[in-house]
Amino acid sequence: MSAADTGPLLEVDGLDVCFFTRAGVVKAVRGVSFDVHRGETLGLVGESGSGKSVTSLAILGLLQPPGRVTGGEIRWKGRSVVGRGGAKLAKRIRGHELAVVFQDPMTSLNPLFTVRAQIAEVLRHHLGMSRRQADERVVELLDLVGIPAPRARADAYPHELSGGQRQRVLIAMALACEPELLIADEPTTALDVTIQAQILELIAEIQERLGLAVLLITHDLGVVAGVCKRVAVMYGGKIMEQGSAEQIFHRPAHPYTRGLLRSTPRVDVVLPRLVGIDGMPPDLIAPPPGCPFQPRCDVASAQCAEMPALERDEEGREVACWHASDRDPLRAGDEHAPVV
Amino acid sequence: MHPTATRSEQETNTPPSSEPLISVQGLSVEYAIGGNGFWGHSRGSLRAVEDVSFEIPRGETLGLVGESGSGKTTTGRAVLRKVPLAAGRIVFDGEDITELHGEKLRRYRKRMQLVFQDPYASLNPRKRVFEIVAEPLLVHGVVNRIRDAEPQVRDLLALVGLPPDVLFRYPHAFSGGQRQRIGIARALSLHPDFIVADEPVSALDVSIRAQVVNLLQDLQEQLGLTYLFIAHDLSVVRHISHRIAVMYAGKLVELGLPDQIYDDPKHPYTRALLSAVPVPDPAVEKTRRRIVLSGSVPNLADPPSGCRFHTRCPIAVDRCREEEPPLTQRAPGHQAACWLT
Amino acid sequence: MTVRVETDAPLAGPSLFRRRLADARAGLRSGAVELLHDRAGLFGFLVIVILIVVAIFAPLIAPQDPSAQDLLNRLEPPFHSWAHPLGTDAIGRDMLSRLIYGSRISLEVGAFVVAIAGSLGTTFGLLAGYFGGKVDSFVMRVVDTQIAFPGLLMALLIIAVIGPSLRSLVIVLSIDGWMVYARVTRGVTASLRQEPFVEAAELIGCRSRRVIFRHVLPNLTSPVLTLGVLEFARVILAEAALSFLGLGIQPPAVSWGLMLADGADYLFSAWWIVSLPGIGIALVVLGINLFASWLRVTSDPHARDKRFASGTQVAGAVT
Repeated sequence: MSAADTGPLLEVDGLDVCFFTRAGVVKAVRGVSFDVHRGETLGLVGESGSGKSVTSLAILGLLQPPGRVTGGEIRWKGRSVVGRGGAKLAKRIRGHELAVVFQDPMTSLNPLFTVRAQIAEVLRHHLGMSRRQADERVVELLDLVGIPAPRARADAYPHELSGGQRQRVLIAMALACEPELLIADEPTTALDVTIQAQILELIAEIQERLGLAVLLITHDLGVVAGVCKRVAVMYGGKIMEQGSAEQIFHRPAHPYTRGLLRSTPRVDVVLPRLVGIDGMPPDLIAPPPGCPFQPRCDVASAQCAEMPALERDEEGREVACWHASDRDPLRAGDEHAPVV
Repeated sequence: MHPTATRSEQETNTPPSSEPLISVQGLSVEYAIGGNGFWGHSRGSLRAVEDVSFEIPRGETLGLVGESGSGKTTTGRAVLRKVPLAAGRIVFDGEDITELHGEKLRRYRKRMQLVFQDPYASLNPRKRVFEIVAEPLLVHGVVNRIRDAEPQVRDLLALVGLPPDVLFRYPHAFSGGQRQRIGIARALSLHPDFIVADEPVSALDVSIRAQVVNLLQDLQEQLGLTYLFIAHDLSVVRHISHRIAVMYAGKLVELGLPDQIYDDPKHPYTRALLSAVPVPDPAVEKTRRRIVLSGSVPNLADPPSGCRFHTRCPIAVDRCREEEPPLTQRAPGHQAACWLT
Repeated sequence: MTVRVETDAPLAGPSLFRRRLADARAGLRSGAVELLHDRAGLFGFLVIVILIVVAIFAPLIAPQDPSAQDLLNRLEPPFHSWAHPLGTDAIGRDMLSRLIYGSRISLEVGAFVVAIAGSLGTTFGLLAGYFGGKVDSFVMRVVDTQIAFPGLLMALLIIAVIGPSLRSLVIVLSIDGWMVYARVTRGVTASLRQEPFVEAAELIGCRSRRVIFRHVLPNLTSPVLTLGVLEFARVILAEAALSFLGLGIQPPAVSWGLMLADGADYLFSAWWIVSLPGIGIALVVLGINLFASWLRVTSDPHARDKRFASGTQVAGAVT
């Protein structure tokens, strides 16, 4: 087996992305590194301004000016997809080996074409299928994503479908060429809770059935808990912590991860008062030196003015914190009371 | 009558009154839909809200929960008399305000305000924070010149936890959470009794949501405010509500105390909704029994017969298709509209 | 993301009015810097400035009286003498002076029509977009009806009745020109109406008048401004066309369109009589369009950032 077969599918290595705006240079992504292997599910979690969506756009080669990759590498099966040469490879694999589902199904589908036409377009462009072959595959795909009466529904226009059905169609389009990695960028944020449950179940089912690798990008920890085996937490353009879902959710080591878990309200837990993280997201034009979470962190010290590297521990998890320690965040009476 | 069930031990300062501040009876709202004829006439209508009734005692919060198409946002606007009613009554502090128009209605606006969902679009981007928060005072003649409002605006900003140097800056300089605080300051400027909070934290980051929800809670205790808290996020509502109402396809399907709704939901939709909310715990997620609903929200221009939920309900029977169930009492303070539970 | 261009004035400081002034000045300054870097936009801007200066100071700049006939030197080609640097026409009138004075008409007609049609159209569009319903339907049907009338035929009709002159030209072009403002304004107003901050203003208790003037109108300025600039160019062309047909400016007044008409017979023998005003019109219209294009991008923060970013990248930024 060649290196391309055994290595990770996707490698992000020290990625830097900047946006050159009139107000200044926004350093949206700073030195982000992670891998996605075959058949693995990685959840990339972060709030607004964390850089998670920008990272996914960079991976797909869809960054538009004023944004640009200014450093680091992104490799697909060992070959770079950044830079001029990389852009060609990115174009080839996009929609084919590397598929994506975006947030808003309302605007991702062309209102002028039927569902069949849009999915068939992908099949014929990447796989060179004939019209008849493509039509058959379209029906197969719609059935795979759970659309009832797929043959009839294929001739529907997007506006005739509900939000959940549109998202299913988008997933079908993404799966059309049997991709090896599916990037789902906030795939359920614009959907109702009950529809979200349907879609997440669909993604989990498909992932198992087809052995897909999934990179799920979201701000919702609940969504990640149900789908992903591994989780990476981003803040201020950097990765704060990476590990298995069990480690991240039950024994989070980074103060931000703990704070995030604490502030995610749960239907099954009653707290007398909601707990958040005080302060505001960092200014990415002039980010503070060192750890971006420092201004809001309740265990920060003078040491934090220098950015800690991602340290790998015995369990294979990586944390970027001088004060990492795993403690259950939901334990009441925690000594880490929020700083006023 | 309505105990503060899961709330903290702090009591409200205002004495309990016998009359609810807001009483909504049989509220229905209709929208015109369809194309325009030559002179702009529409062709058909849609009942976004159908026969909704509830009361909110002074100083309390009613959490109104539902997904898209439930009619919760429209209900909030209707209570504020922002959209016309097709049927029903709204009684505010003992006075029937359903038919108020013009100047009289404008003066009532002082007592009821709205906090918007979108912190980015609810503040005029061309106005400074000072102008935004002071405008209500100017409009209602509390001050004659806008600059006279400065001391009051400063007090309001302090109340919502914003430093005074935000006064003369523009909204785009601030984060979502800060903008939402500015919106809250604006809503409070006329000292209203009643605030409709329309998904006030949905557009905010998770770590910021608690800040804003806690602020609203504190303000309620400090100022004796009454809230109608509209949300689609069940987890956020529990903490701030004294009672919770669940809406589906324009109808009220369940009403009760938070503990009743979350621990013993009676309506199949409420149960499905609760089971659909993702929990940030992989162990829980793995073992959960989810009620996954098929299909989607019905088209309200042509609603289903009988119970509106029957097309997606996992336990529906023939009766559900034929007759619409009324809200019936299940326990003190707990009502649900279902034939079977 | 904090923007650092604002005036961080002290708390008990200058009044709101003075702050607004400071803001306007800062905005103009940053706009000017961007304009200097955009060659096309700068060219357009300079063309407009030159046009305005020449038009205003025409009597001081023009070497001759545009109506003075120098029959001894008729049909003189350009660059042959200092007295007539750009030559003369069929009855010996100095081309340069005529071009200069002609610019006055272009400017006058353009300014008047844009002002009148613009105010009229914007008002109607604003009312239609804000109040919706029957008002909207009525106004839009009037707009549609008006648009359906062929502009040229209507011009003919009106001028046949009231006689050709500068004033009738302005009237005709205004009647033919207000609809586009109404349509654009109505669209922008209708979408603004849905914005939460406008709803907030209404919920606070603002009366319609206040909402329209203080919340909606300020947000209309950039689209209307850009439209006005574009219309300015179109009106100049329209005036030239109407004067060419004899329906507009009448001699002894000078207009570029009239000059085109005068030179039509001499197209092959004295090419400059037609070409010079033609080039003038083309240059002015091109310049205005280039400036309007720059203005449009500048008014849209998203597009403006894109333009800015591509500029810094071209200027040899980080790899």
